[in-house]
Amino acid sequence: MTDTAGQALYQARIPIYPRSVKGRFRLVKWGILTLAYSVYFLLPWLRWERNVGPDQAVLFDIADRKFYLFSLVMHAQDLFWLTGALLVAALLLFFVTGIAGRVFCGYFCFQTLWTDLYLLIERLVQGDRVARIRLDKSPWGASKFLRKLLTHFLWLTVAFWTGLTFTLYWDNAPELIVKWFEGKAPFAAYATTLFLTATTYVMAGLAREQVCTYMCPYARFQAVMFDADTRIVAYDVSRGESKAGRHKVTRELKTLEQRQQQEVGECIDCGYCVQVCPTGIDIRNGLQVQCISCALCIDACDTIMGSLGWDRGLIRYTSEKQAQGLESRLWKPRTIGYGLVLLVAVTALAWSVSNQAPLEMSVVQVRQPLFVRLSDGGVQNSYELHIENKTDQPMSLAIMLHGLAGAELDVGKLASVKVGAQRSLRVHARVRWDSGHKHKGSRSFEFNLVPQMRQEVGMISSPATFYMPGSEN
Amino acid sequence: MSDAKKTQGAVQTTGHAWDGDIQEFNNPLPSWWLWSFYATVVFAVVYWIFYPAWPVGGAYTTGVMNEITFIDSDGSEKTTRWNTRALLLKDLQEGKSATLSREYLEKVKDADYQTILSDAEMMAFTRSMAVGLFGDNCMPCHGAGGAGVMGLFPNLADDDWLWGGTVEEVEATIANGRYGFMPAFRGTFNAQQLDDVASYVLSLSGQEADAASVTRGKNIFQTSEGGCYYCHGTDGKGMKSQGSANLADQIWTIADVPGADTVEARKVAVKHVITNGAQRSMPHWSDRLDSTEIKLLTVYVHELGGGQ
Repeated sequence: MTDTAGQALYQARIPIYPRSVKGRFRLVKWGILTLAYSVYFLLPWLRWERNVGPDQAVLFDIADRKFYLFSLVMHAQDLFWLTGALLVAALLLFFVTGIAGRVFCGYFCFQTLWTDLYLLIERLVQGDRVARIRLDKSPWGASKFLRKLLTHFLWLTVAFWTGLTFTLYWDNAPELIVKWFEGKAPFAAYATTLFLTATTYVMAGLAREQVCTYMCPYARFQAVMFDADTRIVAYDVSRGESKAGRHKVTRELKTLEQRQQQEVGECIDCGYCVQVCPTGIDIRNGLQVQCISCALCIDACDTIMGSLGWDRGLIRYTSEKQAQGLESRLWKPRTIGYGLVLLVAVTALAWSVSNQAPLEMSVVQVRQPLFVRLSDGGVQNSYELHIENKTDQPMSLAIMLHGLAGAELDVGKLASVKVGAQRSLRVHARVRWDSGHKHKGSRSFEFNLVPQMRQEVGMISSPATFYMPGSEN
Repeated sequence: MSDAKKTQGAVQTTGHAWDGDIQEFNNPLPSWWLWSFYATVVFAVVYWIFYPAWPVGGAYTTGVMNEITFIDSDGSEKTTRWNTRALLLKDLQEGKSATLSREYLEKVKDADYQTILSDAEMMAFTRSMAVGLFGDNCMPCHGAGGAGVMGLFPNLADDDWLWGGTVEEVEATIANGRYGFMPAFRGTFNAQQLDDVASYVLSLSGQEADAASVTRGKNIFQTSEGGCYYCHGTDGKGMKSQGSANLADQIWTIADVPGADTVEARKVAVKHVITNGAQRSMPHWSDRLDSTEIKLLTVYVHELGGGQ
């Protein structure tokens, strides 16, 4: 309908048919892609031996509120590590972007990785750029239909496996996958798989560069972190254009000498750099917001320059200062600043993770009733102790009082409190105290939790308050 | 107006014209919006097929392939079309937490009291289950924390037990109920005697009282003149079998002695009880709760104040 209206509300997407290219950066990108995919798709299947808990190396168990990461078990109280990890990731992004531009976008972002895979499938089924353009222009027929069908089928297969793999991180993978296909998995498993299948297919198959250009906030704010020293993918204008501009190779403009004489630049205007660009821009127009620094145009230009026997690097990683012939600094104040904050954040997180408390206790005073008068005139307060054993061995614990002279602790008939490995427990404790009416009001003291026969785990304390009523008797 | 005219020129019209110059703008919907709308229509149609949707006369379309099987309240297996009540019942019967708590419940059911009381994990489970039972059945009288109400319902969170504080005694109290009774001494004592008995009762727990009056009161209390010792014992410590209160400790369940500020006010509180007597009853729960529920509650109440 928007097409027939003559004036569309949005600019219609100009189809982009990225051409394949070989080269250094393409090789690096295939390497990163292989590594990232291996980790993502295989990790849920990796087994890990534990005394208690699942034997899956990485498992995010929401129902039991435990995240398993190899030998580390994250409990609900450790969730702030996630904040720490996100902080580190953000700082790393700032740090790297300040030095080397949109490295994340070009090499690591899942949008880039999955689009790369989808393009590969498209190329294997429909052929390279020219073949694809021709196919799209040709009238619908059996061959075109089959090719398109196969492409979308393969895309959907990849999308489905991506979605299913994501789901496998949240439960025991070998068990869940069987249940999934038997139709016995929880609703959340199907919803998650379906959602990720749909988003993967739409984002990597249909939306592609529009995600980076219109949807992604990182694309916008990373550009803000650029300065004159930041490495960017750039076209060497003075070399490529000289004074008379770029020109195709003709009989009169075949060698470098001929071009120099006529003051024509070294760019032969072959358009390869534009054809390989996944976002469809012309890098020769300078730094643009759409550029994800994937460096494929560098590979394209280097291929052409190499075949002509001219110097490579007409398009290369450079900085604004270098392009002007100035010295570019690596360690500028901003980089050092980000670097230091990053170092502090990583150290703090690493310290926190390696010093995970093996045992935790929190004490809540029973407030209804706040106190009771006992038959001997003393006063009793009750407490709920929440004890959590984070180690993979069961623990026997003795509960003791500290800081309330003459008070008596009563935990009923529990000789010692046994808490299973990776388990938590609530204990109802009563404290009786006859202070001889010397103390009235609140008095602070501590509950001590002493592990028995586990020397490596130290005693822990938790503060509490004893309330002694006022005037009666 | 001039601005409006400028934009008017830019927007497409439907091409219709009325009265010569009245035209209609054509602002087509964005295609993403349109496709989303079509998708919701498709979703609705699929929903009609699989879920209850359309009213048809007095009935409704029930949807296909959506049977839910659950155990009904009479114990029989029941299969119905999809509805949220059946879904909830099924989850309460077969859900992960339901299965887990049933497992624990079986364990508690089979264990004896001493095993439960000395096992921290079973105690934690018992308390978490019993707190709900206590809230449903006991709280209206005894309060959420079991502190009771002075003069009406005894405090379960202290260390005094009118009818005994062993698990067996607590269980008997819950299952069979209790009836506590103290006769009124309104016609029995004259004003002087009443005053003396009250002084003696207060002196038993170390309260301030006139010595001469206490001696006279003791005589009435411990002889057939008053006959108080029949139930409260000669030492005033009460009898578990009668449910008679221990008058020699610091706990008051009917006369609000702790709430009185002066010696005279305390005496008035005690005299009030002696004059009017006391009647308190607790219903029996064996008809209403099953043996496992009574077991859970017994352990819970036993542990509230620290049982015997």
